[in-house]
Amino acid sequence: MKSMTEIKHHLTDALLMGYAAGALPEAFSLVVATHISLCDDCRVRASAYDALGGSVLDEAPGIALADDSLEATLARIVVKSPEAPVAMRQGILPGPLAGYVGGGPEAVKWRRIAGGVEQAILPTSRRASARLLKIPAGAAVPDHGHRGMELTLVLQGAFRDATDRFGPGDIEIADETLTHTPVAEVGADCICLAATDAPLRFSALLPRLAQPFFRI
Amino acid sequence: MTEPHEPGWADAVRRIGADKDRAAFAEVFRHFAPRVKGFLIKSGANPALAEDCTQDVMATLWRKAQQYDPVRASVATWIFTIARNRRIDALRKERRPEPEDLPWGPEPEPDQTDVLVLQQETLKLGQALRQLPEKQRLLIERAYFGDLSHSEIADETGLPLGTIKSRIRLALDKLRFEMK
Repeated sequence: MKSMTEIKHHLTDALLMGYAAGALPEAFSLVVATHISLCDDCRVRASAYDALGGSVLDEAPGIALADDSLEATLARIVVKSPEAPVAMRQGILPGPLAGYVGGGPEAVKWRRIAGGVEQAILPTSRRASARLLKIPAGAAVPDHGHRGMELTLVLQGAFRDATDRFGPGDIEIADETLTHTPVAEVGADCICLAATDAPLRFSALLPRLAQPFFRI
Repeated sequence: MTEPHEPGWADAVRRIGADKDRAAFAEVFRHFAPRVKGFLIKSGANPALAEDCTQDVMATLWRKAQQYDPVRASVATWIFTIARNRRIDALRKERRPEPEDLPWGPEPEPDQTDVLVLQQETLKLGQALRQLPEKQRLLIERAYFGDLSHSEIADETGLPLGTIKSRIRLALDKLRFEMK
């Protein structure tokens, strides 16, 4: 949090509103929740969009309840329902992400894909996919475009592409208009959380052939 | 209408959390439960599912009342987030990743000035929403009823994010200051 004061690339209002409204696919919500865990600025903006939801709820026309609704609710409060434990931050993995990994960085099940790049797919609903990516220091992710939207959040190290430099906590939001070759900075491996609602589109032939096998 | 309004609701939730006050709960229930049910029906739930989820949402309010922080959100906002999460679970069958909690919880004795400021700003946000041209207001409502996809929200066609944003910025500058 306070150590991440260098965050330069933030969530858009549309993503924050989509998250507050509950409109995002789970994989995108995971990226948003992870960024907010690192960024006080976006946390404040997110709470503003929750507040707007509160206003919408308060203005909503009431619908008549069942006759015994209050009694039935009071009966439910005595039944303890188990609360899902809130996952804690583990090293470079903020709480929400540690929850999906099921532990800290050592619990990530990396699979090699291409050019030394490794990935670990996270269990989200199928409307969009989320994965951790590890790009060796100095290496590039093959040139690719996007059919849908791709969110990339840096957790460790940094990468550069034609648009800018992205360091820890920074998020890059890519759509159909961006074809890029992210290159990890030298020094440390770059570890990112990436989510997309469509398969990536690689410019070179080989990665495209390999795509179905690697689910990227 | 002389219904209790914020911060009356905040005090009622405090009484639920601290004293398990059933009268306070009944008060909150009478105001918010029909709205939660309306929200869920507008979101596409059938009446039976909406009733069932509404009871869940209000039972969750009871259980989590001690975690409610009147300095960070109005009661309406807090209930909205519970209802939204229940909707994602019941209608979408998805999990809802939540950010880490702030390292501090609600103060045992929240500063009443802070509570009042947040509640007043929340009221103004409601007014700003009501004063929007109908088309824009309906679009915001549709977004929160889960009726717009994320790409439709991203297109922002007609969504008065600018108007809302300036109101929201004002409302939350104080909160931003406190979190630094």
